Amino acid sequence: MKFSTLWYSIRQGVKNIRRNLMFSLASIGTMVSCLFLFGIFYMIVVNFQAAVQTVEKNVTITVFFDYGLSEEQIAAIGEEIRYREELNTIEFVSAQEAWDKFCAETYGEENASIITDAFVGDNPLANSASYEITLKDVAKQTEFVEFVEGLDGVRSVKNSEAVANGLASLNSLVGYASMAIILILLFVAVFLISNTITIGITVRKEEISIMKLIGATDFFVRAPFMVEGVIIGLLGSAIPVIILRYIYENIIEYLMARFPIINILVNFVTTEEVFATLTPLCLIVGVGIGLFGSIFTTRKHLHV
Amino acid sequence: MLVLENVTVTYPTGITALDDVSINIEKGEFVFIVGSSGSGKTTLMKLLMKELEPTSGKVTVCGRDYAKVKRREIPKIRRKIGMVYQNFRLLKDRSVYENVAFAQRVIETPTRYIRRQVPSMLTLVGLANKYKSYPKELSGGEQQRVALARALVNNPEILLADEPTGNLDPKNSMEIMNLLEDVNRRGTTVVVVTHNRDIVNMMQKRVITVKHGKITSDEKKGGYIDEV
Ligand SMILES: Nc1ncnc2c1ncn2[C@@H]1O[C@H](COP(=O)(O)OP(=O)(O)O)[C@@H](O)[C@H]1O
Ligand SMILES: [Mg+2]
Repeated sequence: MKFSTLWYSIRQGVKNIRRNLMFSLASIGTMVSCLFLFGIFYMIVVNFQAAVQTVEKNVTITVFFDYGLSEEQIAAIGEEIRYREELNTIEFVSAQEAWDKFCAETYGEENASIITDAFVGDNPLANSASYEITLKDVAKQTEFVEFVEGLDGVRSVKNSEAVANGLASLNSLVGYASMAIILILLFVAVFLISNTITIGITVRKEEISIMKLIGATDFFVRAPFMVEGVIIGLLGSAIPVIILRYIYENIIEYLMARFPIINILVNFVTTEEVFATLTPLCLIVGVGIGLFGSIFTTRKHLHV
Repeated sequence: MLVLENVTVTYPTGITALDDVSINIEKGEFVFIVGSSGSGKTTLMKLLMKELEPTSGKVTVCGRDYAKVKRREIPKIRRKIGMVYQNFRLLKDRSVYENVAFAQRVIETPTRYIRRQVPSMLTLVGLANKYKSYPKELSGGEQQRVALARALVNNPEILLADEPTGNLDPKNSMEIMNLLEDVNRRGTTVVVVTHNRDIVNMMQKRVITVKHGKITSDEKKGGYIDEV
């Protein structure tokens, strides 16, 4: 393709948008609404999943050792565990630390020293040294526990299966549901937008057939429509992203200021993190629909 | 140059618009095709433009058997053919200049050639001073001249005109016909579908008469044959 043709196609595409202003605005409006809904939904899901993940990471597994195991042997077990992919954190808690912690939790920080002093040199929780472990993904817990229980020198593993299973199934439920809703939203967007584009192109059917009869190639006829589709896609996706960004920043600020307790319960995903994915996603979807929408809808008018 | 051999066209509706038609038009000829409305003249033009496939028979244009032309080769063939219609078929949202220039953009003519050739084409059809106007600001005769300029700007080997004077008064009709004759004199093969008896009788060219999809007469040099 020659440069002059490229330039012509771009100019013509821009002209077409202005010339069919109502149709262009309708297409942009449709895309803005669809992507806006999609974005709102995406922000909710992302935050929900982040919240679940925070909970997940705090679900601990405690590993106790056989009586009289040496420090080296305990360290060796730790090494074996560290190889596991699903591991998030592993922390060694000595018998003394366990005892201190128990006292603090049971009698309160200020009274704890009375008890520990009384029992000095005689730890009732001897043999309760342990590894406290958190996993990246609770769904892997059962498998992980089986592995650890199988290791030499491990006396017992303490974990809460109910919490793990509950979280894991909640997580996959949310995963499937959001996938389904996102697909439906995208499908609706594609349908509505290609419908609008089809109407816009049907109006120009005569123009397309004149071009074809003069000897224009399919590509030449299509190029301005493709430019048009891309511009509509860019506008249709940039606008909701900007609005969503504004809303997200302000809503979080408002919520945190209004209900301080939310700060403790939920860790909102930062605006940057949300939009690092949401922005390119919307742009790709918008431009993609604009581009392929115009390619598909011009196709049936090109057979002249 | 334009050859039809035993061509039949039956539309999906069951109407047979052309029935076993054979025509041979040589390079450089000027041919009138006459016949009453519905006799199949437009269908014939569509065949030559490869807008339509014959139900049976063979169409050959510029030595190319249309049955063997691939879809992506069609634009290349159409660029050798200029076409003019009764209703002009101009692009309504573009100026006179742009309408003619468009035919050149389509074949990717460099802009500097377009700037030179479009004005000289508009001068040829007598519209040099109207290049900025839009189709709706022009009379029928003027619009048809724009369409003619568009059809000719790429120097086609063949010019097809389907009732080019159908919407024009006698004076404008005569002017368009004179332009077509000029074009033919410079070597382009010209085929004109028309109802205009006076012009056909006056110009004394080859006349092919179509009736109910069949050729009823083909005179080397003659006048309008009256329907019986
Ligand atoms: N696209 C079409 N589908 C069905 N029938 C058609 C179509 N085009 C033309 N016809 C029919 O074919 C016959 C010839 O039409 P046409 O070639 O347009 O004649 P003319 O141009 O001589 O008036 C007519 O009976 C017309 O109704
Ligand atoms: Mg006709």
